[in-house]
Amino acid sequence: MKRIVLAALAAAGMTMGASAFAADFTPAIVFDMGGKFDKSFNEAAYHGAEAFKKDSGVDYLEFEVTQASQREQAMMRMAKKGANIIVAMGFAQAGAVEKAAKEYPDTKFTIIDMVVDLPNVQSIVFKEHEGSFLVGMAAALASKTGKVGFVGGMDIPLIRKFAQGYVEGAKYANPDVEVFQNMTGTTPAAWNDPTKGGELARSQFDRGADVVYAAAGGTGIGVYQAAKDAGKLAIGVDSNQNYLHPGTMLTSMIKRVDVAVEEAFTSAKNGTWKPGIQVLGLAEGGVGWALDEYNEKLVTDDMKAKVEAAKADIIAGKIKVTDYMMQN
Amino acid sequence: MSVVGSAPQNVPRFVTLGLIPLANLAAAFIISGLVVVIVGDDPLQALEVMLYGAFGSAESWGFTLYYATNFVFTGLAVAIAFHCGLFNIGGEGQAMLGGLGVGLVCLGFDDWPFVVVFPLAIVACALFGAAWAFVPGYLQAKRGSHVVITTIMFNFLASALMTYLLVEVLIAPGQQSPESREFAPGAWLPYMHDMLRAIGISMPETPLNLAFVVALAASVFVYYFVWRTRWGYEIRTVGQNETAAVYAGISPSKNIILAMAISGALAGFVGLNEIMGVQHRLILDFSGGYGFVGIAVALMGRNHPVGIALSALLFGALYQGGTELAFEMDKITREMVVVIQGFVILFAGALEHMFRPQLESLFTRRSNAAAPAGE
Amino acid sequence: MSLPALELRQINKWFGPVHANRDVSFRVDRGTIHGIIGENGAGKSTLMSIVYGYYQADGGTILVNDKPCPIETPEDAIDAGIGMVHQHFMLVDTFTVLENVILGVEGGPVLRSGMAAARKELDRLERDYALQVDIDSMVGDLPVGLRQRVEILKALYRGAEILILDEPTGVLTPQEADHLFRILANLKEQGKTVILITHKLREIMAITDNVTVMRQGAVVANVPTADTTREKLAELMVGRSVLLRVEKKPVTPGEVVLSVRGLKVTDGAGVHRVKDVSFDVRAGEIVGIAGVSGNGQSELLEALAGMRPISGGEIVYKGKSIAASGKIGSPRDLRRIGMAHVPEDRHRAGLVLSFSANECTILGYHDDVAYNGGLFLDNKAMVRECARQEEAYDVRPQNPMLSASGFSGGNQQKLVLAREMERDPDLLLVGQPTRGVDIGAIEFIHRRLIEMRDAGKAVLLVSVELDEIMSLSDRIIVMFDGGIVGEVDQVGAEEATIGLMMAGERVAA
Repeated sequence: MKRIVLAALAAAGMTMGASAFAADFTPAIVFDMGGKFDKSFNEAAYHGAEAFKKDSGVDYLEFEVTQASQREQAMMRMAKKGANIIVAMGFAQAGAVEKAAKEYPDTKFTIIDMVVDLPNVQSIVFKEHEGSFLVGMAAALASKTGKVGFVGGMDIPLIRKFAQGYVEGAKYANPDVEVFQNMTGTTPAAWNDPTKGGELARSQFDRGADVVYAAAGGTGIGVYQAAKDAGKLAIGVDSNQNYLHPGTMLTSMIKRVDVAVEEAFTSAKNGTWKPGIQVLGLAEGGVGWALDEYNEKLVTDDMKAKVEAAKADIIAGKIKVTDYMMQN
Repeated sequence: MSVVGSAPQNVPRFVTLGLIPLANLAAAFIISGLVVVIVGDDPLQALEVMLYGAFGSAESWGFTLYYATNFVFTGLAVAIAFHCGLFNIGGEGQAMLGGLGVGLVCLGFDDWPFVVVFPLAIVACALFGAAWAFVPGYLQAKRGSHVVITTIMFNFLASALMTYLLVEVLIAPGQQSPESREFAPGAWLPYMHDMLRAIGISMPETPLNLAFVVALAASVFVYYFVWRTRWGYEIRTVGQNETAAVYAGISPSKNIILAMAISGALAGFVGLNEIMGVQHRLILDFSGGYGFVGIAVALMGRNHPVGIALSALLFGALYQGGTELAFEMDKITREMVVVIQGFVILFAGALEHMFRPQLESLFTRRSNAAAPAGE
Repeated sequence: MSLPALELRQINKWFGPVHANRDVSFRVDRGTIHGIIGENGAGKSTLMSIVYGYYQADGGTILVNDKPCPIETPEDAIDAGIGMVHQHFMLVDTFTVLENVILGVEGGPVLRSGMAAARKELDRLERDYALQVDIDSMVGDLPVGLRQRVEILKALYRGAEILILDEPTGVLTPQEADHLFRILANLKEQGKTVILITHKLREIMAITDNVTVMRQGAVVANVPTADTTREKLAELMVGRSVLLRVEKKPVTPGEVVLSVRGLKVTDGAGVHRVKDVSFDVRAGEIVGIAGVSGNGQSELLEALAGMRPISGGEIVYKGKSIAASGKIGSPRDLRRIGMAHVPEDRHRAGLVLSFSANECTILGYHDDVAYNGGLFLDNKAMVRECARQEEAYDVRPQNPMLSASGFSGGNQQKLVLAREMERDPDLLLVGQPTRGVDIGAIEFIHRRLIEMRDAGKAVLLVSVELDEIMSLSDRIIVMFDGGIVGEVDQVGAEEATIGLMMAGERVAA
């Protein structure tokens, strides 16, 4: 059956031209290797796509990549199937987006976490360093030992960007603070190694840290658990993860990937989608720190006031947070 | 009792080479079909999508053969080590290093003419892959460190090395993704569709490229090397009977090192296909598990180049058909695809002897009846 | 006495086109030792595997104690009171004797009570049958002879009344074999029935009451042992008359070809295997090295052949030093200068069983220009040479493409001998040339060795078969514990003297 439908679609595409598809709108999303249920970056995107589906009633195409070469294959495939907009999750898809966008100049592409400079590509990047600055401050203010920790996932520039913002924020709040940094590994497995994450967190606790920030995808789960077991504090990342362990989750550095994905779909549907680079920082509400009922007891008014003041200063440009990527 | 050992020799060849693999494959598909039913989809439709996706059009053939190219390289790599009695699990790391070699050549010389860059790249990926396998081979031969352990460790080392190089050294300036810059088009392996267009055949665009031809050449090379040269003879002797090798004046350690180096070089060619043929830049994780699947490919292909080519085609079809499945059928996620691929490996590889006794006795008895007075 | 314990009627068994047993019928009397003799491949082991339930006969009846007894599995056989001691022991090396004996009949999930009962029963068996073994020692630590005793104990413990032993002396020293025979006699006295499968005439003559001779799957004779002779049995086995003694001309030794001086060999574990051994081998003579297996002969032979490093002394070949302390000539180089080596164990070293016969023909000579056409091996030349050697040495089947494992033991040995002797070497090192080889082939191999000697070549023969050493050698060197105990001329050599030397006694010969 499918084959016949496909053949019919292809035939229709050839006879009527691409405009025939303008009537029905098909968005598509390509998740990266972590998979759409990674409790972090890809999952946030999945929630964004689902939210769009719920609001608009329009279904979307999706694909989860397992091989490097599938990225390009998936995008070409979706473009050929008549997808109007294809959202590519993660920096690793840049090369594939570049090729597919050149091949299909009439299809809209949105890439998250990376910049691809083409007329039909929208690039959305986040100022993770700004959000990390805020949670770094919160960590330093909440710490009784004056020592805080950072557990990264795979050792790549993006994660160093998180780390650097975090360190600057911590030092801003307490110039004498000591920050321990560990990366989980050098392979993609580092995004999903809760055991090792827990070990790294424990070793940082042993060295005196009492707040630890995990920017490590699925590995973070182990970090948060270790903090709970040791009665220390942990900071979540990407999504609001405060609910995971109420009482020991100090806060989360939120990166509104879900909003970005939903917005990309919606704007494409409404015809307001624009190519170019969008940098979402504190000012745009693209990053931030999470305050909710789960952590209200942990965040003192004093802490809140100081962090919010810094946030205002960053937005106003009075505080400049170093962007690790811009240094190189 | 030689009579006992001679029993399987009476089984017709088509049973061992054709019927038993087919029975295994059928069993794998039936079990996978049951799983598809359990998750609530139509197994026949899934099979159709998979087969059509893998073989239904020129485009799907292109993708299938592109995947098969990688499997030919890693399957041959595992096979040649196996002929020397070694279990090379390090195809993954050797592929990464092979890619690094190719990448360095392309980054350094991509302004040179292709006829110069291409041989350079071939030499580089073979050398880098071989070097990465040489060390475990040397340690096995001279120090007795088990090659299974060392090659696994070398996979991690390769991964760490690649990450370091791409994050710190080779990363394209002003970019956050750990990738090198794109090579100049002069250093890309020609795509099959471009080559065919030159001779007037049109084919849709697929990643299939010149590396496929290299894979075929490598298969021929392995066949002649292993079965028709004295060096292959020495390697096989060491693999089958090390004492006999010593008796014959064949140095086991020399051959262990040689077999590992050739094995690594073959695995390294995955880098040629991926880096120079498809990605056109040095990236992380392009080896995508091909090194490990190569073990299953070699096992199914009985360590013979023809068998490996066929089983590589099967695995290429599984990968491409699996990708189509994930596209086309909502309930079949990529994890489901891995499960189906796993069943094929399980039945065709690990459980390969499951139907053997029954099928063989069936056909042995029949040949008895046909020739009762054989003596 | 003459009640049949076991009777076989018209047993037939096919393996594909091979008729392994044809109409086999005979009876075994209770309380006797019954020998079954035949060449390798005569169908003895197949027959016993049918009796023990490993195979199903395609036709025929098995009767135990005069009643038809269908045996479909080894469990049926055990229930019928049949026990089997295999040629290759079925023991777990890392278990103790006791654990091995109760393996499979533990008597419930809790080991303790079963163990205690078994201990008692084993004590009784050991006493009754003079089968002393320390039941708490690890089987892997026991010498071969004792392991065999464990196998016998295992069968008796399971209530065996009929005990089948498949080639039991193949792995034993002469002393151990003698001990085994005493045990078997003891079992017989206690009313047990013993079936002894062998191809060694000496054993049949020594202990059996009746003997069944098999040839090509069929029974060719069934006689009381007392009514027959070695020569008659040999003729029945082979189907023609066989020369058991080798005829040879008087020796005319020439110049020294191999000279060994103060040779020392240490194995991987640091044990001194060969201790300060010196001797010469001259052209035109066969020097035999006798000794109980494991007294350094194997290591000596391997060191001479370049397979093993030496730790002291010197090996001189035709006046040229080929090995001194710490360094050895590679087997490859040694072949080039005219040495050839038939290794003791054809499966371990002489052949690659998975290779085809023609691939085995070039083992060690694969670098030879005769087999290489430029880059590639010359398959045609390999097959041609293999076919020629197969014909010259009467290898059956005469098929250069058949894998080495497809040949019987004797034919495999002929393949190895053909390869090494057809090179016309000046020095031939031969280890156990007729181990596991049937009588017809033994005669052939012995004749070839004598022909080499008569052609003026030097031959060094290592064998644990004293008969073989005595009949072939011109001089006999006896080794014990890595050293040379003494040397005797073949002329006037007495088996008793050599036997004493093999046990380590220095005797003036």
